[in-house]
Amino acid sequence: MIGTLDPKIPSGALAGKWNSHKDHARLVSPNNRRKFEIIIVGSGLAGGSAAATLGELGYRAKCFCYQDSPRRAHSIAAQGGINAAKNYQNDGDSVYRLFSDTIKGGDFRSREANVYRLAEVSANIIDQCVAQGVPFAREYGGLLANRSFGGAQVSRTFYARGQTGQQLLLGCYQALCRQIAAGTVQMFPQTEMLDLVVVDGHAKGIITRNLVSGKIDKYAADAVVLATGGYGNVFYLSTNARGCNVTATYRAYKKGALFANPCFTQIHPTCIPHSGEYQSKLTLMSESLRNDGRVWVPKRKEDCGKSPNQIPDNERDYYLERKYPSYGNLSPRDISSRAAKEVCDEGRGVGPGGRGVYLDFADAIKRLGEQTIRERYGNLFEIYEKITGDNAYKVPMRIYPAVHYTMGGLWVDYNLMSNVPGLHVIGEANFADHGANRLGASALMQGLADGYFILPYTLPNYLASQMGKRPSIDHSQFKKAESDIRAKIDNLLKINGKLSLDSIHRELGGLLWEKCGMSRNATGLREALAKIPEVRENFWHNVRVPGDGEDFNQALERAGRVADFLEFAELMCTDALARNESCGAHFRQEHQTPEGEALRDDENFATVFAWEFQGNGQIAPPKLHREPLHFETVHLTQRSYK
Amino acid sequence: MNFRLKIWRQPNAKSSGKLVDYEAKDISPNTSFLEMLDIVNEDLLARGEEPIAFDSDCREGICGTCALTINGEAHGPDHPGAVCEVYMRKFRDGETIIVEPFRVRSFPVVKDLVVDRSALDRIVQAGGFISARAGSAPEANSIPIPKPDVDLAMEAAACIGCGACAAACPNASAMLFTAAKVSHLALLPQGNPERTSRVLKMVHAMDAEGFGNCTNTYECEAVCPAEISASFIAKLNREYARASLRASVRE
Repeated sequence: MIGTLDPKIPSGALAGKWNSHKDHARLVSPNNRRKFEIIIVGSGLAGGSAAATLGELGYRAKCFCYQDSPRRAHSIAAQGGINAAKNYQNDGDSVYRLFSDTIKGGDFRSREANVYRLAEVSANIIDQCVAQGVPFAREYGGLLANRSFGGAQVSRTFYARGQTGQQLLLGCYQALCRQIAAGTVQMFPQTEMLDLVVVDGHAKGIITRNLVSGKIDKYAADAVVLATGGYGNVFYLSTNARGCNVTATYRAYKKGALFANPCFTQIHPTCIPHSGEYQSKLTLMSESLRNDGRVWVPKRKEDCGKSPNQIPDNERDYYLERKYPSYGNLSPRDISSRAAKEVCDEGRGVGPGGRGVYLDFADAIKRLGEQTIRERYGNLFEIYEKITGDNAYKVPMRIYPAVHYTMGGLWVDYNLMSNVPGLHVIGEANFADHGANRLGASALMQGLADGYFILPYTLPNYLASQMGKRPSIDHSQFKKAESDIRAKIDNLLKINGKLSLDSIHRELGGLLWEKCGMSRNATGLREALAKIPEVRENFWHNVRVPGDGEDFNQALERAGRVADFLEFAELMCTDALARNESCGAHFRQEHQTPEGEALRDDENFATVFAWEFQGNGQIAPPKLHREPLHFETVHLTQRSYK
Repeated sequence: MNFRLKIWRQPNAKSSGKLVDYEAKDISPNTSFLEMLDIVNEDLLARGEEPIAFDSDCREGICGTCALTINGEAHGPDHPGAVCEVYMRKFRDGETIIVEPFRVRSFPVVKDLVVDRSALDRIVQAGGFISARAGSAPEANSIPIPKPDVDLAMEAAACIGCGACAAACPNASAMLFTAAKVSHLALLPQGNPERTSRVLKMVHAMDAEGFGNCTNTYECEAVCPAEISASFIAKLNREYARASLRASVRE
């Protein structure tokens, strides 16, 4: 069914690929655009910007989100900033440098051509957002301000206090609102996509459930765009919103779309530590804090119970500064997270359960004054105090890594189209740009690049050959998909067991965190692969989903998502086991340098792993497809932040 | 800690609702208010009863999804902050806590504690945007904006769209919400071309949704999780007066 994976990268020199691709892509003329219906699932930075832009271009767009308003998509929670190669600081930044930082940061597991394009359009994003009224921070002269951000040696990050994601999303939401009012975009809030409909091999529609009325609906379109974010909630506890889920992408996978690199999950180093079993989510503290905060633990285990202010400087281990002198506290996320886990595993962690490290602002306050620190991070210090009850101006913050972002996602080619023609995947939901580790302030950049500046050029290239091919919702594939979904909902409601959803989801999350989290090994992964089907069986026999399907039923919504996580978890572990090397966030204990850093195996694994669903409804081992990665511009080197 | 809860239960918009008594036992003071409700729901589920419906998503105070009135206060006792940021250490052990939805005529109840706030989206759709087509934007630094102006715009732009302002207002007015968006965009040079039409359209949309007027009680400001200042309402009034005058002169 699928031959070798062709990423359809344009020929020619790296720097000219995108321009030449745009010059030769097929177009849809303005008077034909209104004849095309496009479904966009998700209203975050990627989906919202795509829907607004396609609507503005004159296509008829339908945008779906599970939230009660498109303004609530989880992009809103991003704090730190957005990268762009503007070089406003005159500090040596360039498109090439943003590109090469992203390739290296991703530990050579992303595509050069995609990443170069991302760096190229990054500058347009800032122009666009400023034109929309996004209140980025400015200097006294009125020009835009920048800061340096996790893992970068230049200041290329634009920010709006600690609420950059919120402001970018509101800019995009407002553009979307304008199109909704103009009638070019029809918005379907509180509507969840439950299946993809494939007709004659092309993605031509979706099946949805209205979360308020419970009504199941069918929608046909000329193309389907998934912008449904990441799957971090498979771990139960993550920094994702409660509703974030894998359902749309996983069900597309079950309809033939390939899932790429599912084991690449980013563990963010600066989150508020876990405090008890009842906890429903973990809260991120923006990594911008690492610009001024110093990370340390006591040198001696015996000091861990002491108040931090009683531990003198020479008895503290500023382990990031010690191990990575040139990057220090700004070392990339995967490296910082693993280093925190290591010191805690040595028994030098602080706080309840010994799962925490200090992030200390005392030196920065001494150097810059409390007022400056308050201006830079005031809202983050407030969040911290609300959750923990501690004042971080007086005692160091305690932080610990938590699941934050997923680099894996549906496989897409250079046009952001999956192997299923017509199915496009953008933002965190695809796998394309971040390789095995995403750099800070690059998620917002990718979401908006895809939605404002890439998909609007690549989607017409597909549509141009699809005039008049939109099926009716009476097509047999729609009817079949609808009846399958109804049966699945009935099955969930029929289980009528005694266990709560949360208890099973928590069990799955704990298992993955242990076996497929910050570090993995073959034995642990095999154990997880043996255990997950048991947890899944337990779910399908003993969970209790109350109420009925024809109603507002939050337990039913979550049950469907947990059911998908229970299958998807197996795919993650399968991928982690097959990738018998370490790279970026994927740290296999069997493969490390003598200093304990990730040891890549470029000969065998400089390739994308894209998995094809097998099993005709049953779960069978997925089939592996490879897309070799070629590094023609940035030479393969071992990452070094020392 | 232990609590007695009186929680609003209402099956749907058409039927009437009532307060029902529940108990929350052995709750750690470090539990968030919504996690406490999760625990109550787990108990209900174990007993075969229907869980309490309530909205939440990010659970870190930024998405604006959660919306509860606790003991008569929108978002509960720990201002500024959304109800997802309220921790049980803020309550007394043994306290009776009354939990209701946001009570606003323009926010009909969907179920139990969940309300429909799409009226706020429609106010933004009426004009709460700057028309900037992707592809046409000028170079970002071509218009310098004084830092104090952009800082003030950011204060207004911080609104999370939760609707607590309307829930707290004795007139169920959405003036603070509308004022925040009008002010954010009017304070920036990019917002200038649509400044007049924007405020007129947004205020008309707000009125059409059935929200009340402002009578300067400042309850909105007191409960706003994003600390939006009520002085933006004065700004809205000035913008509206300016726009009305301009519109009438043009006619």
